[in-house]
Amino acid sequence: MTLIKEIDYGTPESKAEKLVTLTIDGTSVTVPEGTSIMRAAMEIGTEIPKLCATDSINAFGSCRLCVIEVEGRNGTPASCTTPVAQGISVKTQTPRLAAIRRGVMELYISDHPLDCLTCAANGDCELQDMAGAVGLRDVRYGYDGANHVFARNNGEVNFDWKPKDESNPYFSYDPSKCIVCNRCVRACEEVQGTFALTISGRGFDSRVSAGMDEAFMESECVSCGACVQACPTATLIEKSVIAVGQPEHSAVTTCAYCGVGCTFKAEMRGEEVVRMVPWKDGKANHGHSCIKGRFAYGYAQHGDRILDPMIRESIDQPWRVVSWDEAIAFAADRLKATQEKYGKNSVGVITSSRCTNEESYLVQKLARQGFRNNNTDTCARVCHSPTGYGLAQTFGTSAGTQDFDSVDDADVILVIGANPTDAHPVFGSRMKKRLREGAKLIVVDPRRIDLVRSPHVEADYHLPLKPGTNVAMVTALAHVIVTEGLVNLDFVKSRCDWDEFQDWAEFVALPNNSPEAMEMTLGVPAADVRAAARLYATGGNGAIYYGLGVTEHSQGSTTVMGIANLAMATGNLGRRGVGVNPLRGQNNVQGSCDMGSFPHELPGYRHISNEAARQVFEKDWGVTLDPEPGLRIPNMFDSAIEGTFKGLYVQGEDILQSDPDTRHVSRALANMDIVIVQDLFLVETANYAHVFLPGATFLEKDGTFTNAERRIQRVTKVMRPKNGYADWEVTQLLANRMGLNWNYTHASEIMDEIARLTPSFAGVSFKRLEEDGSVQWPCNENSPHGMPIMHIDGFARGKGKFVITEYVPTDERVGPRFPLLLTTGRILSQYNVGAQTRRTENSQWHSEDVLEIHPHDAEDRGVRDGDWVKIASRAGETTLRAKITDRVAPGVVYTTFHHPTTQANVVTTDNSDWATNCPEYKVTAVQVSTTNGPTDWQHQYRELTEHSRRIASAIDAAE
Amino acid sequence: MSHDSVDKLVKMANQIGKFFVAQKHPEGVASMTEHLKKFWDPRMRNAIIAHVDHGGAGLDPIAIEAVKRLVHGAGAAASESRPDEHSFDG
Ligand code: SF4
Ligand code: SF4
Ligand code: SF4
Ligand code: FES
Repeated sequence: MTLIKEIDYGTPESKAEKLVTLTIDGTSVTVPEGTSIMRAAMEIGTEIPKLCATDSINAFGSCRLCVIEVEGRNGTPASCTTPVAQGISVKTQTPRLAAIRRGVMELYISDHPLDCLTCAANGDCELQDMAGAVGLRDVRYGYDGANHVFARNNGEVNFDWKPKDESNPYFSYDPSKCIVCNRCVRACEEVQGTFALTISGRGFDSRVSAGMDEAFMESECVSCGACVQACPTATLIEKSVIAVGQPEHSAVTTCAYCGVGCTFKAEMRGEEVVRMVPWKDGKANHGHSCIKGRFAYGYAQHGDRILDPMIRESIDQPWRVVSWDEAIAFAADRLKATQEKYGKNSVGVITSSRCTNEESYLVQKLARQGFRNNNTDTCARVCHSPTGYGLAQTFGTSAGTQDFDSVDDADVILVIGANPTDAHPVFGSRMKKRLREGAKLIVVDPRRIDLVRSPHVEADYHLPLKPGTNVAMVTALAHVIVTEGLVNLDFVKSRCDWDEFQDWAEFVALPNNSPEAMEMTLGVPAADVRAAARLYATGGNGAIYYGLGVTEHSQGSTTVMGIANLAMATGNLGRRGVGVNPLRGQNNVQGSCDMGSFPHELPGYRHISNEAARQVFEKDWGVTLDPEPGLRIPNMFDSAIEGTFKGLYVQGEDILQSDPDTRHVSRALANMDIVIVQDLFLVETANYAHVFLPGATFLEKDGTFTNAERRIQRVTKVMRPKNGYADWEVTQLLANRMGLNWNYTHASEIMDEIARLTPSFAGVSFKRLEEDGSVQWPCNENSPHGMPIMHIDGFARGKGKFVITEYVPTDERVGPRFPLLLTTGRILSQYNVGAQTRRTENSQWHSEDVLEIHPHDAEDRGVRDGDWVKIASRAGETTLRAKITDRVAPGVVYTTFHHPTTQANVVTTDNSDWATNCPEYKVTAVQVSTTNGPTDWQHQYRELTEHSRRIASAIDAAE
Repeated sequence: MSHDSVDKLVKMANQIGKFFVAQKHPEGVASMTEHLKKFWDPRMRNAIIAHVDHGGAGLDPIAIEAVKRLVHGAGAAASESRPDEHSFDG
């Protein structure tokens, strides 16, 4: 393996259709109009020296190293800022150009330390490369004069010198090495959209500074790393490179955090990760990243990681470290014994949205082929199951309709219940870029998320609806579209079921669905709702992006269908720039659903009652499948308390922390005879486990993830699993001990089986992924390279189905005891239950969960900023610190659930979506009061955790 | 089944009923029966059937009607529902 190096074309690609032909050093080249001469030269392999240009950002033209001559024109223009023109003839190297370049370099070097040999960027520094390229042989100016290099000059303090800024845990900023090329500033603006950096001062005094001359950690910086990547020198550099040295090989892999699915080059020295660099050819991220994927991989080496299997007879005993053989035998025997005693349907599995497609596939296969039941579910249940149901009903596919690139053509962006800048940061940056280009923005969210107002982005309408009223909102929007004659009738007539449309139109047009009638329910001025509806229906390409703020409600599925209705009614489907786009939470939510993790459907979304589909699997697997749907996660818990569900194998999910109503879940788990947890750490669920099987990180295994765009991408093993096995191998050990005869020797063989049995995956193989980089399913004979945009000429189900969306208020209503509505969310630096991110330096950004509360509500309760407060619901209570902010409306409080000590899910209830049982995380009626410290529950829980995490020492175990 | 879990099933069934009662195409009761068949594990269906046999306290009319159309003991003899018309087969 070698180090992958992408070509830097110097300036971004031109999207123009018109082509222009010119000659460069006598070679003819044809490129799109608007291309820079620099880029055109690189297309034919001619690398013009450059420092301030790189192709992720617009040209700036400040270093003057890239000068060229154009025949018949005077002067020496910069090739990065000069566009091509028909018929011109360019020279990239003449004595005059060489002299200019040497002069430029001489000036740079005279104010730059000459410690190349000990510099962390040695071997990966463009300044060094350019010195070589221009043939710099000596520097005439000394360092005696003004410079930024030395702390002291001739014995005097040098006020031009600045110390290193080491405040960011992941990268350092050394101003003495800065050449003020401005690449970092532009990367922060154009790529990331945060505008955290500026050049302060002028001329010789100019320096890069974060915020108003602040340390990086005090500034607006979100630590995405874009500036570090853009920096041509060692000025901004990863601390891991300083610590380890330059990498020697790399492999492309996919981030294991969120559903954006950024691809990275894992740059390695042996089996040590030197750094993760976003891959330019990655179709989801185009070379950008966020703090999590870029920097937060240190958990893989964390001391808390459990590397040996452990078992115990009962959960009040300490853990016993045992061999893999013993652990697997113990697990398999108990599962079998449980099935013998309580029947075949008494055990089940939970697949992970964090593990690979291949791993999820095997876990559900274990349930179906091994346990002979359909008790398989995945944590997508608790986030996007309503998307699966709602989009399958209306369009016929359980997936988003677009690729991320489609946003570049959107004119109106409607964001509902999603917070892309925090939860899907790289896509959030793409969206902000499009908004800065002039697209309009409507945000439907109870909270004033960053997108509503951030540098150079402002929502045209923010509709801060009351939590739990999404259906009323989408129906009110539809009311305006129908009653004001904004329906795209051509689209509806040709593409949708006309009868169903008419019923729907009649329903939404009812006066009680108007924004005025709904004003009290929604808490949003009717005029704003009307204006937003008109904008979406008439503003050009309208694209809807939604997240868990839509799905995690008692009417989550209804809202998803309501969103689909809006898109169909306005004809915003089937082309670029439009569509219905669920933003998936975890990295492989889409994949785990595709892989048949749900109890009612086989891989590829075929219902288990479908005999033809069952037969395909029965033939391949050599068993008869149960045609009845199995238990969903909440049903598993209910049945466990009931006593009919006694055994569970959980791969890579911390259900105790991530599922609602913690006490209910813990009661259920405590009631089981065998709980097998496979994970990296002793997660909260492991408190109730009898078998702990150590898991592997995404760096330690091969496989694929599928992101929110249905894009299947490779996960590549770059080191041997510290625990000994990839997760799919562990499942195979267990399956074989249960009597199944599996013989997979590589993850690619599992994908081959998936392709063989699943029509929409028929064309997928590791070889295809190798060739294409990635594919978006469906990938089969009809679309051998996948399908970026769906439903172009017709819906997957035939005619689009309009569904009536009657608003049914949730049972979770405020009253005298619980007068506030709690809604939950996530923040950028932490990921889900935080098991990984809490074990990295990311905790410096978010060390605890806080409760956001409006000043009025805080004042009523005597709560001051930073106070400990108790938050209580009918399900339970917990404590955390208050943060007073008007981001939330009066009557609404908000928190995240990244930390186990807070246990926000102690207060969430067991309410759930009517169709899918997806829990209603987003609405809980609560009361908030001041308190002195943690609740009894938190104390008890801490004790229980300590107790149940005990691991017997070798001597204890021998006794 | 304990009170607790029956209460939960009743609540879930009523929620489902509220959605389907509003639909015009196809008929709500049939759709609800279909929904229960497709998404409820047999033990849940049997419990709600038993509850309806005992009067169905707390259930809305559409839910009672829909449950009545379910087959007893479906766990053993599965009612083959029609192939899933919503699946995407490329
Ligand atoms: S890390 Fe990202 S947000 Fe921070 S300064 Fe650099 S580009 Fe801007
Ligand atoms: S920090 Fe790096 S990218 Fe930014 S101006 Fe200095 S040298 Fe250029
Ligand atoms: S967490 Fe999401 S946005 Fe961040 S790098 Fe990973 S995939 Fe990309
Ligand atoms: S690279 Fe063109 S002016 Fe710097």
